[in-house]
Parts: sequence; structure tokens; C-alpha cells
Amino acid sequence: MIIVKNLVKRYSDFNALNDLSFEVNENEIFGLLGPNGAGKTTLIHILATLLKPTQGGAIVNGFDVLRDAIKVRESIGVVFQAPSSDDILTGYENLKIHALLYGIPRKIREKRISEVLELVGLEDRKNDQVKKYSGGMRRRLEIARGLLHNPKVLFLDEPTLGLDPQSRETMWRYIKKIVKEEKVTIILTTHYMEEADMLCDRIGFISNGKIIALDSPSKLKQELGGDMVKITFNDGIPSKRDFAHFDFVHKVEQNGNSVIIYMDEVNSNMHRLIKDLEGVQTIEYKKPTLNDVFLKLSGDSLSGDSPEGGFMQRYAQYKKT
Amino acid sequence: MLNTKKHNSKIVLGQLYALWLREIKVFLRERSRLIASTFTPLLWLFVIGSGLGSTNLQIGTDYEKFIFPGIICMSVIFTSVFFGSYIIWDRKFDFLKSVMVAPASRTTVFIGKTFGGMTTSLFQVAIILAIGIALGINYDALTLLQILSIVLILSFCLTSLGLTFGSYIESLEGFQLIVSFVVFPLFFLSGALFPIDNLPAWLKFITLVDPATYSVDALRNSILHLGTYSFELDLAILLLFTFIITLIGIFSFRRMKAV
Repeated sequence: MIIVKNLVKRYSDFNALNDLSFEVNENEIFGLLGPNGAGKTTLIHILATLLKPTQGGAIVNGFDVLRDAIKVRESIGVVFQAPSSDDILTGYENLKIHALLYGIPRKIREKRISEVLELVGLEDRKNDQVKKYSGGMRRRLEIARGLLHNPKVLFLDEPTLGLDPQSRETMWRYIKKIVKEEKVTIILTTHYMEEADMLCDRIGFISNGKIIALDSPSKLKQELGGDMVKITFNDGIPSKRDFAHFDFVHKVEQNGNSVIIYMDEVNSNMHRLIKDLEGVQTIEYKKPTLNDVFLKLSGDSLSGDSPEGGFMQRYAQYKKT
Repeated sequence: MLNTKKHNSKIVLGQLYALWLREIKVFLRERSRLIASTFTPLLWLFVIGSGLGSTNLQIGTDYEKFIFPGIICMSVIFTSVFFGSYIIWDRKFDFLKSVMVAPASRTTVFIGKTFGGMTTSLFQVAIILAIGIALGINYDALTLLQILSIVLILSFCLTSLGLTFGSYIESLEGFQLIVSFVVFPLFFLSGALFPIDNLPAWLKFITLVDPATYSVDALRNSILHLGTYSFELDLAILLLFTFIITLIGIFSFRRMKAV
């Protein structure tokens, strides 16, 4: 659905995008994650034909963003970070104006407006001025607006930024519903790992204008070594117990009275792991979150050439010799 | 996807209507802007008009009547230039971006905006014309037609000018520069408040490159029969200015950064 190839965006003093390439499949929710200034918004602006790349290119829905800008714009809906609806107009009026801008034929205009209003749950508020909407409702209106012309791709730039936890969960529900009912590919940027984990089929981590990891949330978490279980015993680890023989266990470490087990799917496998186990004092477990992945990835890219890292490495080398 | 070549012109018309509709709805609902922009010309007409009018000037008619065409133009100057440069606000929140990702050409967006500017100017001028009746000014059908055409052309011209500046200026502070360096000079140098026949040469020269000068003169011809040039000449020069400024405006608007 989207092909990004060797994309470079250079500003006078820095590269916002640095030879970026990836692909997005049809009907998936693709998350773009990364620290502030990583280039997420620049990337969306290029894919939405608002910004021209310095080098490289991108294909959206089969159209080149440089040569077929109008075709690309017909294929996409965009919800920007900052509010972009007129708060002095009603929800319905905002939608009608955009329906006209997109050349939606009069015959189906009203029907389509009601459809998208219902989709985002704003049907009964359509005649209120947007300034009377809550932050979440306003964002939902803008999503409805982005869907009016049946786009193939919907870009959501931080769709839940500044929303309270409850509105955020509501928003997630709507986003899932939209993918199902509208058969649309969604590209979203976010800072909330929980959100990316919950919604995205695949995630691309961007750092310094490059994709540094790209996979499904569960695979990304697995790469950290899977779930971790720490069992502490009252008096020593029972010697007859072999934790490593389970097929879901990757690695076992012993540490005094405790054993640390790295494994898959702690929720479904725990009962087998601790069956008939005696003398247990405590069991702790931790599922790695995307947050851990994010911290590891952004930590890697930051500390790679930092002076401390270099020094500590040399120090470690020195101690060995 | 919904578009086919056959329907293109219909779609462009719909887009123009959408942009125009948005401007008019916003204009009519922002009461404070509406009231302020109507009140200012009246203040000039009555305070400056009566104040300076009491000093016995040699201009061939009441001073209040003399500046009446100038105040019509003033209202158009302020409304139109502000209207055009209002895209600085549209850009401040993401409305402009949301228009730029729609499949409408920049030229269509530009023209849609100027239509909005023309309509808002007409609203204001209608109010001032009604007040003119209280000043003892009579309009026949020809006069009204002439006023209408001059007001529409001038407002098209100056909305384009505002959009031109708005395309280059990114900060809200820049808006103040437009007020000081564009709006007030256009007004003061147009001969709205004084006759331009006997000005010193340098000042006279500047008034000649102000499109509003020809609008004031045309309206003075039409309403008071007191013009410096003929109505036809005024109209021709105004059209020339409008043509050039619109071309520059569309050019600037097309190469404006979207983000």
C-alpha cells in the first residue's frame, strides 16, 4: 500500500530523514514510533505530498508522491497533530465543506456524512459548534473528516495526544472499528507505547531519521528475551527440578535461592512451570513492554558513540587483561 | 477515486463554493470581527468627517460627503487585506494543511479565498451605503452598478495582495507589519481624505502607484461627480493593477510552503 524508498530530507543544518526505506501492507495498522525530532512528522508530511523529499521517493496506493500528488491526495485522509477543524462551525458544516473540497457527488454526500458521523459516535452532536466538543470528540470529528472520501490510507499524527485515559481508550475502540468497517490502512505516530502495542500490527522505530527496528509488537518484545519469571525458594533451589526442559523456556539462570527463567507467554505457561513446586517463597514475573523495547533501542542509538560508553568499554577491556 | 475527468469543472466549482462557504460562515459568526470592521469606517466618517469638515476646506462640497467614497474604499482596503493575510492564522492551526492535502489546486484555493474577500467587503459596503442616505447622498441605478463593480474589483485586488503577503509571512507578529506597511499607506495615499490635485510632486507620485487611488476617484466621479480623472480611465487602471497583483498572488501562493 505504501512503499518508501531511500527517503532523504535534508535541511540546511541537519538531515530530518536519512535514507529511510520500508513498506506498509494493505489493511494493517502501522505504527511509527520514535523520540521527539526523530522525523515521524516529516515523513508523514512527505507521504501526504505537503513536503518534497531531498532524495528518494515514495509510492502511496500505487501513485508517486512527487509526480501524482493529486492522485495521492485523493487516496489519503490525514488527521494532523494540531486541531484543523473550524471551531466556530458545527461538526456537520466542517464535514460538508470537506465533502465539497473532495468533490464527493451530491447524491451520496449526505449519506456519507451521516455514515462517518455514526462511525465516530458524533451523530447526535453534529449540529453543535465544534468549540463545544471535548478534545476527544474534536479529534474524532477530524478522523471522520479524513474518512469522508473513502481513502485507502489514513494518517493519524498522534491521535491521542493530550487526551485523558478514558478518552484515549474510547479513541482506540474507534480506531479498531474503523479499520474493520472502512477497510483502510492506517499509519499512526504515537508516543504512547501502550497505544502502539494495543493497536498496531507492525511498528517501525525511527531514530535520527532512520528505521532502526521494524516488526510486530510481540516479536519486538520477544527479541528482548521473552517474559521473565523469578522464583525464590525458602531453602535453596530444589535440585531435582529441571526448568530448562519445558519447550517454552529459553534460558534459566540461578542466583542464590532464586531462579530466573526467560520464557514465552507467561500467562498461559505459568501453571505448568510451577506445578507441584514446593518451598516457594515468592514468585515475581515481568512481561517486557514496548517501553522496554523503546528504551533499549533509543538507548542503543544514543550511547553508541557517547564518551561514557567508550570509556567503560575500554575500562572493561583493561580489567580483563 | 471519485473523480473522473468529465466531472472536473463541476468539482472545481464545488471546491470554490466550499472555500467561499467556509469564509462566509466564519465571518458571519465572528460577531466581534463583524462589529469592529463596521464600526471603524463609521468612526472615520463621522468624527474625522465632522471634525475636519468644520474647518472650512475648499473642496467643492461638504467634507463629510467628500470623504464618503474614500470611506467606502477604506472599508474595502481593511477588510480585503486583512482577509487575505488571515491565512497566517489558518496556518497557525492546521486548517491550511487540511486544505492543502485535499485534491484542490492552489489556484482554486486562492480564487476561493478572493471570492470570500469580495463577499465580506460587499456586506460592509452595503451598511456604509445605507448610512450614506442619511448624509443626503442619492444613488441611481447606474451609480449603484458603478459602486458595485469598483468595490468588487478593488476587493479582489486587495484580497490577492493580502494573500500574497500572507504566503511569505509565517509569524503572527508579521501581521502587524502588514497593517503598518500595507494597509495604512494604501488608505492614506489613496486620496480618500484629501484631494490629490495639488499635492507636492513626490507625494503625488506615490498616490499614482496606489490602486486604491483610482477606486476612490472612480467612486467620487460616480457618487459626487467630482473626479480628478474620468471614470473609464480609473476603471481601466484599477483593472490593470488587479490583473498584475492577482498574477503575483497566484504565483506566490503556488510556491508557498505547505508546512
